[in-house]
Amino acid sequence: MIKVEGLTKRYARNVAVDNISFEVQKGQIVGFLGPNGAGKTTTMRVLTCFLPPTGGTANVAGYDVIEKPLEVKKRIGYLPETPPVYPEMEVGEYLTFVGRLKGLGGAPLAGRVKEVSEQCSIADVNKKLIGKLSKGYRQRVGLAQAIIHNPDVLVLDEPTSGLDPEQIIHTRDLIKSLSGNHTIILSTHILQEVEAMCEQVVIISKGKLVANDSVENLTSRLRGGETVLVEVEGRDGSLLDAPMVQQKLEQVAGVSRVVFKHARESRTAFEVESLQGRSVRADVARAVVESGWNLTELHALGLSLEDIFLQLTSGDKK
Amino acid sequence: MRNVLVIFRKEINSYFVSPIAYGLMAFFALLAGFFFYSATTMFVQRGMESQMMGRSFPMSVNEWVIRPVLSNVSVIGLFLIPMITMRLFAEEKRSGTYELLVTSPIRDIEIILGKWFAAVAMYACILAISLLDLLILFAYGKPDWKPMMIGYLGLLLQGGSLLAIGTFISNTTRSQIVAGVASFAVCLLLWVLDWVSAFETAAWAKVVSYMSVLTHFEPFSKGLIDTKDVVYYLSMIVLGLFLTARSMESTRWRA
Repeated sequence: MIKVEGLTKRYARNVAVDNISFEVQKGQIVGFLGPNGAGKTTTMRVLTCFLPPTGGTANVAGYDVIEKPLEVKKRIGYLPETPPVYPEMEVGEYLTFVGRLKGLGGAPLAGRVKEVSEQCSIADVNKKLIGKLSKGYRQRVGLAQAIIHNPDVLVLDEPTSGLDPEQIIHTRDLIKSLSGNHTIILSTHILQEVEAMCEQVVIISKGKLVANDSVENLTSRLRGGETVLVEVEGRDGSLLDAPMVQQKLEQVAGVSRVVFKHARESRTAFEVESLQGRSVRADVARAVVESGWNLTELHALGLSLEDIFLQLTSGDKK
Repeated sequence: MRNVLVIFRKEINSYFVSPIAYGLMAFFALLAGFFFYSATTMFVQRGMESQMMGRSFPMSVNEWVIRPVLSNVSVIGLFLIPMITMRLFAEEKRSGTYELLVTSPIRDIEIILGKWFAAVAMYACILAISLLDLLILFAYGKPDWKPMMIGYLGLLLQGGSLLAIGTFISNTTRSQIVAGVASFAVCLLLWVLDWVSAFETAAWAKVVSYMSVLTHFEPFSKGLIDTKDVVYYLSMIVLGLFLTARSMESTRWRA
């Protein structure tokens, strides 16, 4: 549905997007992930024909963004970072206007306005001025605007930014419910959002593509072994000698690395990483107890998408 | 064409839901009313004077009332036009709705034409108020209506060309204030260019004076349609709209 090849966008002095390629299948939800200024918005703007690329090609629904922008625009719904609403218009009036812009008219348009108002739960504010709406409502009006012409592709730039937790959950559910008929690209820097909604993740940093994979693959590929936090103290509640404990832990079978974390009061903490596919918690516990120490804490540190993200974008891959 | 209408309707609505339209119309009604009042008073006084002196000569309402009123209106137009055009694009760029327009399946030129037509229609509504004053003349006398209509055609053409330039300037900035001030400066400049002909008769002065919007309005106020003036106004309109289209294209590349 979307095919981007070698996409590059250069501004006067800097390169915003550098040679990015990815593909999105029909009906998928793709999370576009990256720190602020990574080039997410620029890429989306190229896809929506707002900006022409400096190099490479982008193909949406079978049409090239440079050669057939009108055809692409007909098939794409776009919610920019700030919803593009006119404060002096009423909600219904605004949706009708956007519908007309997208080429709808007459009875089908009135039907669509009603449909999307219900879908986005904004039917109750139909007669209100957009300028008087809260941020959450305005965002939903923005979303309604993006889907009014039933586009094949939806491009959402940070659709949940600035919403309260309840609204975020609601918006996520709404986006998920749209995924069947629409191919969705959404950008965000909130990682739970990608874990909660997306099937595929595209991570970019400083304009470069650093990962493009399914959420499961990405987490399992990078997770490797498990990481365990271990906290120990002497039997009589005394502080132990850190290098000695570290040495002991390193001898446990299946441990790949032990990192000293901190020593607080009498307790010393370490992060123990296991080899790929091995669970070391039981062995570590046994080793500690057998050495005659108190095991005060032991828990697995899950490697979240957050860690992966930081690993990838900070540039030091393990 | 349908898309032009969509934009046109939206723009007209936004003029009339905000106080801009009413404010401008009230301001204009006051000024035009004053000009009309002073012109008719002058006309009546001169008429009485010439009668008292015993050598009454025919005085034309067209020449004594309609023409000065139209000339004055054309000058007020220079002040109103920046206020009409300043928000056209600047406001959309500031609020982010520009992105909606540009990513909709609609051509740049359709957006520009829709906005420009709306601005012209707004200006025509304002001008229509001065027409109300002049219609009073028809109740008491028999002015010739054809030159008057030609005068209004001239006002529309002059307005149209300045509105096109204002549209262009509004497209170059995100700030309404900047757009308004810059358009006003350009309007004023195009007005005073004519003044060089007062002290200089060299060829360059003629060229400079030719570029003034007001020189070209004079024949219209007399009820004359000169091709030269029509061509001048039409080319100004095309130039303004063409520059707007170029500006839209260039913001796309520069972002």
